[in-house]
Amino acid sequence: MATIIVDNKSYTVDEQQNVLAACLGHGLNVPYFCWHPAMGSVGACRQCAVKQFKDDRDQSGRLVMSCMTPATNGTRISIDDPEAKAFRASVIEWLMVNHPHDCPVCDEGGECHLQDMTVMTGHVYRRYRYQKRTHHNQALGPFIRHEMNRCIQCYRCVRYYRDYAGGRDLNVFGSHDAVYFGREQDGTLENEFSGNLVEVCPTGVFTDKTFFHHYTRKWDLQAAQSICSHCSLGCNTTAGERSGTLRRITNRFNSQVNGYFLCDRGRFGYEYVNSPHRIKRAVVRQERHHSKLGTTEEVPQPLEFAADCVRQAHGIVGIGSPRASLEANVALRSLVGLQHFYQGIDEQEGQLLSRILKVLQTGPVPSASIHDAEQSDAVFVLGADLLNEAPRLALALLQSIRQQPMEQVDELKIPRWDEAAVRNAVQNRRGPLFLTGYQRTWFHEYATDTYFAAPDDIARLGFAVAGAIGQGAPSVSDLSPEVKDLTQRIAEALTHAQRPLIIAGTESGSLATIEAAANVAWALHQQGKQPRLSFVLPECNSAGLALLGGGSLNDAFDAIRQGKADTVIVLENDLYRRADQAHVDAFFEAAQTVVVIDSVENPTTAHADVLLPAATGPESDGTFVNQEGRAQRFYQVFLPDGDVKESWRWLSDLGRATSQESGSESGVATWRNFDDAVSATAIAAPELARIGEVAPSASFRLVGQKSPRQSERCSGRTSLISHLTMHEPPPPVDHDSPLGFTMEGYRGPLPSPLISQFWAPGWNSIQAVNTYQDEVGGPLRDEMPGVRLIEPVATKTAGWFTTIPHAFQPTAHQWLLLPLSAVFGSDELSNQSPAIAERIGKPFLSLHPSDGARLTLEDHSTIDLMLQGTTYRLVVHLSPSTPVGTAGLSLVPEVSGVSVPAWVDLLKAIQTEQTRRAA
Amino acid sequence: MMNTWIYARNLVVGLWIVFKRTFTKPVTVQYPEEQPYLPPRWRGRIVLTRDPDGEERCVACYLCSAACPVDCISLQAADNPEAHERRYPEFFRINFSRCIYCGMCEEACPTNAIQLIPDFEQSEYARRNLVYEKEDLLISGTGKYHDYNFYRMAGVRTRDKDKGEGEHELPPVDVKSLMP
Repeated sequence: MATIIVDNKSYTVDEQQNVLAACLGHGLNVPYFCWHPAMGSVGACRQCAVKQFKDDRDQSGRLVMSCMTPATNGTRISIDDPEAKAFRASVIEWLMVNHPHDCPVCDEGGECHLQDMTVMTGHVYRRYRYQKRTHHNQALGPFIRHEMNRCIQCYRCVRYYRDYAGGRDLNVFGSHDAVYFGREQDGTLENEFSGNLVEVCPTGVFTDKTFFHHYTRKWDLQAAQSICSHCSLGCNTTAGERSGTLRRITNRFNSQVNGYFLCDRGRFGYEYVNSPHRIKRAVVRQERHHSKLGTTEEVPQPLEFAADCVRQAHGIVGIGSPRASLEANVALRSLVGLQHFYQGIDEQEGQLLSRILKVLQTGPVPSASIHDAEQSDAVFVLGADLLNEAPRLALALLQSIRQQPMEQVDELKIPRWDEAAVRNAVQNRRGPLFLTGYQRTWFHEYATDTYFAAPDDIARLGFAVAGAIGQGAPSVSDLSPEVKDLTQRIAEALTHAQRPLIIAGTESGSLATIEAAANVAWALHQQGKQPRLSFVLPECNSAGLALLGGGSLNDAFDAIRQGKADTVIVLENDLYRRADQAHVDAFFEAAQTVVVIDSVENPTTAHADVLLPAATGPESDGTFVNQEGRAQRFYQVFLPDGDVKESWRWLSDLGRATSQESGSESGVATWRNFDDAVSATAIAAPELARIGEVAPSASFRLVGQKSPRQSERCSGRTSLISHLTMHEPPPPVDHDSPLGFTMEGYRGPLPSPLISQFWAPGWNSIQAVNTYQDEVGGPLRDEMPGVRLIEPVATKTAGWFTTIPHAFQPTAHQWLLLPLSAVFGSDELSNQSPAIAERIGKPFLSLHPSDGARLTLEDHSTIDLMLQGTTYRLVVHLSPSTPVGTAGLSLVPEVSGVSVPAWVDLLKAIQTEQTRRAA
Repeated sequence: MMNTWIYARNLVVGLWIVFKRTFTKPVTVQYPEEQPYLPPRWRGRIVLTRDPDGEERCVACYLCSAACPVDCISLQAADNPEAHERRYPEFFRINFSRCIYCGMCEEACPTNAIQLIPDFEQSEYARRNLVYEKEDLLISGTGKYHDYNFYRMAGVRTRDKDKGEGEHELPPVDVKSLMP
């Protein structure tokens, strides 16, 4: 800790920081542009000038850039010094010389860092009377709009896109006062994290294109905390709504999880909420119904009808979902009973999840948050395609490879925030990152070593590494010399690290990979390191579902087939994505009544006798458990229209309607609000006991008031619905959370889940998050970053996993079909968003060139592939990274029904253009 | 006795004042037959104006609705693909039963689109008739400000103005040139 003196007042600050960060941390307003808490300082914009004095006798001082000045003990500066003020005013005046007169039509207006800084600096009147420089814009794809005239040349975009996010296709062109930030030519920004440019750009050069199509100002958005549901990482988002439409998603800072950045799937995948395929009405479909309903009767009330069915059922099957909230799954389990609750995932996935839980619960190694991943100094990824399965984690690893070179930077006494100097010192040195898998992406270029092999071989490599590190760990003997060499390199890199991270994926369905990862982590723990483990799970609440337990989907099919049950309740789960069509068809055919609760139409909802419309994530309160085992609360951002209700509320209503005749309510039927749901969830599994600590309960008040979802300047209250009614109805009352649907309520420091949007006087842009932190870049004040439900017992000694698989042997006729996730295309809900849909690639089959030759297939040729009873038209990609004897199938919507991994005889299953013609 | 004297005096004084007014000019205006003069900047009914080219001036920036102290303005921005970046309000609604004619919307408007005009004859028997939609608000002319055209000043591209063709604008930069 150091003491600095700012305008003759002393402040205690962290000496590792620069003066700008230190001042901002104390709420002192120093304007800045090019500095960013996650990207350090380069001193490019000259906006953060302050005056520094030698000592208390120094009267003249000198101008310094506060972002480039270390906050060493005794630093004496002045922000209010007239000369410094005049300097900053001149800088902003220069920057504004060419800035267009666009604010009214600029999407950044009202949350623009440039506007904020201009006001903060006091530049109010334009003196420059001459002509402004202009630029042509580029079409940058479905996510981002480009308006180059607005640029102030702070270089943040290229620093973020190229240096931080590893992108290649955005750069700076031109010279002197006419530099241009864009692509070499028009085209979609390829990087998976391009959406962050919207927040990184201090002005409106890069704006959100999806938001543009239903634009509204930040102050008009009704907003609340949401948790991204498009992968298992659980990034925090702020969802904003107006007039019943979800308008946009912005990043929500959580120091432990996503920090300052989101991936594009999370940011632009929200539009499924506004989809025309949303289910809005509860319906009973009589035509499908076999016997119970007389034709003369009038259409029954869906809820009563469902309750009747449940009451009269001879056995009931409740199918949960890894994309439904914890509370919804608990509600279903409570309604149907423990033994009738099925996880709604296939057996293999269930086994993987329970093995992962076992590894985390019984082993000595804790799971890693994304923040931990950023801090790790050596990473070994086993069989996970992070960029496509869990993109934000890949972004974290791009930062982790800087950790080891940073030690040299420290030796050179370069402060870590001094970004330009750090890059100079580091050059191209990268910390160890070992990637194994069976699909190559651009992310692999950042790896120290890559290894493309079949899942069993990847697991063997993992076991071999564990054997090389740990004493007593089972080893693999019959490895090829190259793999042996690689094993040594990995083992050496991991043992030289202090905080190694082992990541394993679940996509390939390989239990051995999970066990190998556990062995490596345990071996490192045995060596006195502080390793972390991270597992990439299939969906947003897979971990929560695993904690609840229950049978697999096949068990549910068996229960119906064997006549143990005749009524099915499906909770937010498209079974056709999880099992092959014939099985699911037979299942629905055999069931007497099918009750489906879901939000968007899918093949499963088409089979419902009773269809109950479920609220989507931003329309409901609930809890997700992410892959780390961190439970996080999301809040209802707005009340959905139609009959839409949260799933847990439908199930609670169903429980009440079912028990109406008996008159005794129990279990889910006694739930009246979300707090009841949380208390019931807390006793649903031993690990969930602390679920109530995730966020304040509904009765939480500050100064006797709820906290508002709307901003102080939310407009149009008396005219938004005046075309429908002149009466101004009272705002809806929220019984489920301490948030209100109005602009009235407590405004002041709040526990982090209750903050609606980051805003502070003078700080309208998202960079207002600085004012919510005690130390810039550190945790929020009163941060509740979620509760880690699974903590290891550090004293335990690990029992090694010993089942080492045999090496993968390609066979003559059979190919192992492996799933290839796609960041755009593999997630069920985000695919419904038009912008994401535009980025979904064509389905392809990836083969090793030698396999391509065997099958006489050329690169980019089109084939028809007969898989599990359906024919799919696919493009052939011949890629050396696909292991010989395997074939990769891209998981895009067209092939979502295929269950992979599976063995396929490609010689028979493939029909090419030639064979088609021949036939 | 004293009181009687005071009463009589007040009576006489009152009558005298009335008598005196007989010879002054009356201030009553025979409205509605006779229309009073209202200065152009009088704050009455709100209109949406058009720019000198006859296009809607409103760019749906939401500043009027934010400035409105009674929150009686609501609108939704829409993009017009044919007109490039030109924005317009998909709907624009003012609830005049709430409006207090304060003129803050006009002050906030960066394009001179929303203007208060000297017309106050808005009485209705039903409150719902006081809800004005964009069709009711939009007039054909420029209102009080004849010459201003926002898109001539703004940097964005519109249907009839490419980059660099606005006022005080240089032609677009050729990025590939290295000339100083």
